[in-house]
Amino acid sequence: MADSPRVALFVTCLVDLFRPSVGWAAVALLEAAGCRVEVPEPQVCCGQPAFNSGDRRTTEDLARQLIPALEPFDYVVAPSGSCAGMLRRHFPELFEGDPAWSARARAVAAKSFELVSFLVEVRGMRVPPGRFSGRVTYHDSCSGLRELGIKDQPRRLLRAMSGLELIEMEGCEVCCGFGGTFCVKYPEISTKMVDDKAARAEASGAELLLAGDLGCLMNIAGRLARRGSNMQVRHVAEVLAGRLDAPPIAQSRG
Amino acid sequence: MEPLSLAFRERAARALHDPVLATAMQRLERGWQAARARAAADLPEFEALRDAAVAIKDHVLANLDLYLEEFERRFTAAGGVIHWARDAAEARAIILDICRRAKARTVTKSKSMVAEEIGLNAYLEAQGLRVIETDLGEYIIQLAGDVPSHLVGPAVHMTRERIAELFAKAHGGPPKQDSAALVAEARQVLRQRYLEADVGITGANFLIAETGSIVTVTNEGNAELTQGLPKVHIALTGIEKIVPTVAEAFVFLRLLARSATGQEFSAYTTFLTGPKREDERDGPQEMHLVLLDNGRSRMLGGPFREMLRCIRCGACMNHCPVYLAAGGHAYGWVYVGPMGSVLTPHFVGIDKSWPLPNASTFCGRCEEVCPVRIPLPKLMRLWREEAHKRGLAPPAARVGLTLWAFFARRPALYRLATRLAMAALGALGRRRGRFSRLPFASGWTVSREFPAPQGPTFTAQWRAARGAKG
Repeated sequence: MADSPRVALFVTCLVDLFRPSVGWAAVALLEAAGCRVEVPEPQVCCGQPAFNSGDRRTTEDLARQLIPALEPFDYVVAPSGSCAGMLRRHFPELFEGDPAWSARARAVAAKSFELVSFLVEVRGMRVPPGRFSGRVTYHDSCSGLRELGIKDQPRRLLRAMSGLELIEMEGCEVCCGFGGTFCVKYPEISTKMVDDKAARAEASGAELLLAGDLGCLMNIAGRLARRGSNMQVRHVAEVLAGRLDAPPIAQSRG
Repeated sequence: MEPLSLAFRERAARALHDPVLATAMQRLERGWQAARARAAADLPEFEALRDAAVAIKDHVLANLDLYLEEFERRFTAAGGVIHWARDAAEARAIILDICRRAKARTVTKSKSMVAEEIGLNAYLEAQGLRVIETDLGEYIIQLAGDVPSHLVGPAVHMTRERIAELFAKAHGGPPKQDSAALVAEARQVLRQRYLEADVGITGANFLIAETGSIVTVTNEGNAELTQGLPKVHIALTGIEKIVPTVAEAFVFLRLLARSATGQEFSAYTTFLTGPKREDERDGPQEMHLVLLDNGRSRMLGGPFREMLRCIRCGACMNHCPVYLAAGGHAYGWVYVGPMGSVLTPHFVGIDKSWPLPNASTFCGRCEEVCPVRIPLPKLMRLWREEAHKRGLAPPAARVGLTLWAFFARRPALYRLATRLAMAALGALGRRRGRFSRLPFASGWTVSREFPAPQGPTFTAQWRAARGAKG
């Protein structure tokens, strides 16, 4: 295991459906870090839409569906702080006091990680394999930042890329207003929040915005595009892996 | 106060078009967030103090009955009269009765959120009493016939111009232009009212069990004048405000102002132990304390107990992007922001307030800055569970969730359906890479482009490239 751990990629439903290129970037990064990557089935969703809508039963059912698929692996890695936070922090909470599932949920939680923090903290990555030149800014997604303490890890890897200039925008830790179903339940407030985020991103002078969660990225990219901005938006894994062949989020080919 | 929380979305949407509110909220965000951050950074033991505060509160809450009894003994021994109120109506009746016995006509009041909680002013006024708020913010709100929009700064949504108009109308004379003149004017008017008052009503930030003292915290000194000048002082607070010792009260005092406004300490902190003694020249002849339950003991015995740690500093709302966009009035009841989204359903019922615990992205900043580390997102989620059980969410949201859950529970069917849907959507969006309009997604596309999927799903690509495993 020390040499090449068996890693389950929990690709997350948004990456699976909307941006598979992020999944491939994650595979490339994990393999560059010496991992054997598999994509176990069945994996659908970590259950957050149900969990945050107060539908505890569906959440537990989905967790019971997912946990057995992840158990055989040394690690579970997700290219999302939000979904990794669900596995790490909330799965054990869900089954507190449940004799059959509590230990299993805790065991899966203990070996589940968000991609970039896994690369840096568990695999000791110092220099990512990708190459990129240009000015980028990094948005700290809420769950990754506050549930998992992801702040420095992506910045450390980005700074190690020669040619990449990292510019901090004002309020990089402020929520973008996505919040899962929040963005459609309260579109007016969500719009105000993402508009503030887009304005601050543009004001930073960066040409590319990165983050570790596709939900936030689709929200920010969607607003930037509606504002008529040229700013590009990508998942941080794409830049770290140097996989930039897919057009930026919400942009067309060519 | 009749709760208007069901209309949160509409009220928030309207507030977003209010430029005065936007300026006020920006001031709050830039000013108080930075001030709190500085204050926390300047105190090396700030995080340790937070841990200590949590431990004290949890200990007190686990032994609340014992500490309340001890407090009652000491408070009574010091000459105070304690009144236990089960609910808002009882508390109002007790206070009215004390006012009647004192033959009161004028009542001064320093800021108390518990008084707002029980709707005290309107009640006393309906009984013919003249009630005068002495906290500057509350005074302004009272003149405007408004309600507070923030725990600490009740008039935070107002501008100087509006306040100048209100003062000119109430006090006569031309509207003053600068803040210092307005404050001086309010001070002059209020001085006279303090002297006219028969009864003074204050809140209490802390109750100290070992001494039977109550602690008030203000920046204006108005609590001191409110309780010290009239013959009768009535303090009103919730049963959860107990701390065991004076030393432990200081743990909270050091956290409170730093978390609220970034001050190291509030300008006026007073420990009151009983009414005027024989050898003393100042102070009220009678001191009453109304201790309100109003659902707090129910909270104590259930999953919301951590909420009773709250010291009403307002840090959660100062850092909440939803509060800062919508303003306090959107919440439609007394308590606002994240703490209000947890508390309001307790007081008015989840059926009349379910939009509040839903009005959060769960970004977690509230929990991050809460001096007593209340897991506010977790508690809001508990309310969402209750709302879900009762089927309170709008039909569209319920149908959407049920449909999604149907597929999510059937992975093979989910794979097939998503593969087909993404292939179609990917093909449709291929040229522009995004959609400006999509059926069933108007909440998104009203203000954002919807990024088009790349086409084939990752799991399908993986299976094709590396074969199915696991």
